[in-house]
Amino acid sequence: MLIKKAADIPSSEITPKGLYLNRRKFVAGTALASAAAVAAGVGLHEMASPSSVAQANTKIDNIQKSPFSTSETITPYKDVTNYNNYYEFSSDKYEPAGLAKNFKTRPWTVTIDGQIKKKQVLDVDTIIKMATPEERVYRHRCVEGWSIVVPWVGFSLSELIKRADPLPKAKFVEFSTLMDLRQMPGQRSRVLEWPYVEGLRMDEAMHPLALLCFGMYGEVLPNQDGAPLRMVIPWKYGFKSIKAIVRVHFTDSQPSNTWNISAPSEYGFYSNVNPHVDHPRWSQATERRLGEFRKRPTLMFNGYDQVASLYSGMDLKKNF
Amino acid sequence: MVRWFKPFVFLACLGPLARLGWKAYMGLLGANPIEVITHSTGDWILIFLLVTLSITPVRQLTGQPWLIRYRRMFGLFAFFYAVLHFLTYIWLDKFFDLHEMWADVSKRRFITVGFTGFVLLIPLALTSTAGWIRRLGGKRWQALHRLIYVSAVAGVIHYWWLVKADISKPARYGFVLSLLLGYRVVAWLVQRNKEKKAASMVARRAEVTEG
Repeated sequence: MLIKKAADIPSSEITPKGLYLNRRKFVAGTALASAAAVAAGVGLHEMASPSSVAQANTKIDNIQKSPFSTSETITPYKDVTNYNNYYEFSSDKYEPAGLAKNFKTRPWTVTIDGQIKKKQVLDVDTIIKMATPEERVYRHRCVEGWSIVVPWVGFSLSELIKRADPLPKAKFVEFSTLMDLRQMPGQRSRVLEWPYVEGLRMDEAMHPLALLCFGMYGEVLPNQDGAPLRMVIPWKYGFKSIKAIVRVHFTDSQPSNTWNISAPSEYGFYSNVNPHVDHPRWSQATERRLGEFRKRPTLMFNGYDQVASLYSGMDLKKNF
Repeated sequence: MVRWFKPFVFLACLGPLARLGWKAYMGLLGANPIEVITHSTGDWILIFLLVTLSITPVRQLTGQPWLIRYRRMFGLFAFFYAVLHFLTYIWLDKFFDLHEMWADVSKRRFITVGFTGFVLLIPLALTSTAGWIRRLGGKRWQALHRLIYVSAVAGVIHYWWLVKADISKPARYGFVLSLLLGYRVVAWLVQRNKEKKAASMVARRAEVTEG
């Protein structure tokens, strides 16, 4: 049986957006944007900036490179946008791409509350402008045993936390995804408890690798990949990287997280990538990088050894 | 039945494989082709097992005895897709590392149960010929081939234990399977009841004649 693989092409040639844009939509979108621009009397440049037109295929300006980026081959855009674990839309990984097509990411506000001096409700575009966007090419390892390499765009979550100025009592951060049964058909089924929640210990959240993300491949985040705002925590299994965030809550006690509620013996609070701690039902020692034929060994902390000190003295078999 | 019908069904049963092969060749299997192949062959095992198990009930309920002539073919296709499913696992997942495979089979209960279901199908495939029915004798052959019940249950459990949270698909297979097995239980009870009645009738008649 012949299995086509696309990994032999250098990433620079795989990823240019023009290649993977839905051309018809792109043309239509451009025409529409031009018409709107003319009608409103605004320049096209402003139209194209991510803060005014927030849809996939919109370029993000002034992206800085990051020393945290890996030089590994980037996974093709079409794979990262058509193979999504996004249960709010469907438990079938091939369906969110279609089901999230008309998901509304503007207007969008994020509530920041809990152990904090003053509760704030911020527009997502205010958050996005807080710091300079960086491209972070990260390995991303799913708990199911597959992995991808994605050029995310965002900045360290610590930038937001610093500005939110939590009280010293705040020991954890809890995130929530939007709850909207009309837009997210998967929430109508009781497969998981909704809304999706995730959490980090404060020192994990402050680690520079923890990325508050609003773009990928140099463009605004596609809906099926967690638009308009998501987390990317590269040393943890993918489900920790919560999508479509509407709330950031500072708390003094360890928050629960959705998959842990669903199956506490299988998914822990920490969920650090760890080849030595198996999922009760399958091994985590190896992974299949999308586009590759052979499986590759999974690395401790997904290869991000710089986070090891966060867990020194902890039994990671117990705190899985 | 028309003479060309059986070859036609045979070819139709190869359809899922042809479709998979075509998609693989055209690069249409998506981001994770090996996962698609694994899941697709797995689905078709269950479908063919359920079709095989539905022959008897459908035949009896509709009074279409000719259906029995298709049962072996469907059963063998279940085995065929099971071999493909197993090959995908041992080749594309384990790369013929038998040590790894054995660790999996002994450690992971969803693999244990799936592997059991597969192994149980082997003697059934081997003894599927008319010669073997003769050699074993109808009664013994039939008893042996009841292993398909165990195999089908194992297959559904294998799927059930494998999914992360959304059990709707294995539940659908489980529902159909419970109907098909439930039919057999009911048929057996009805049959036993009839035999009991017949036996008591005979006994009573004997009493009458004696008295």
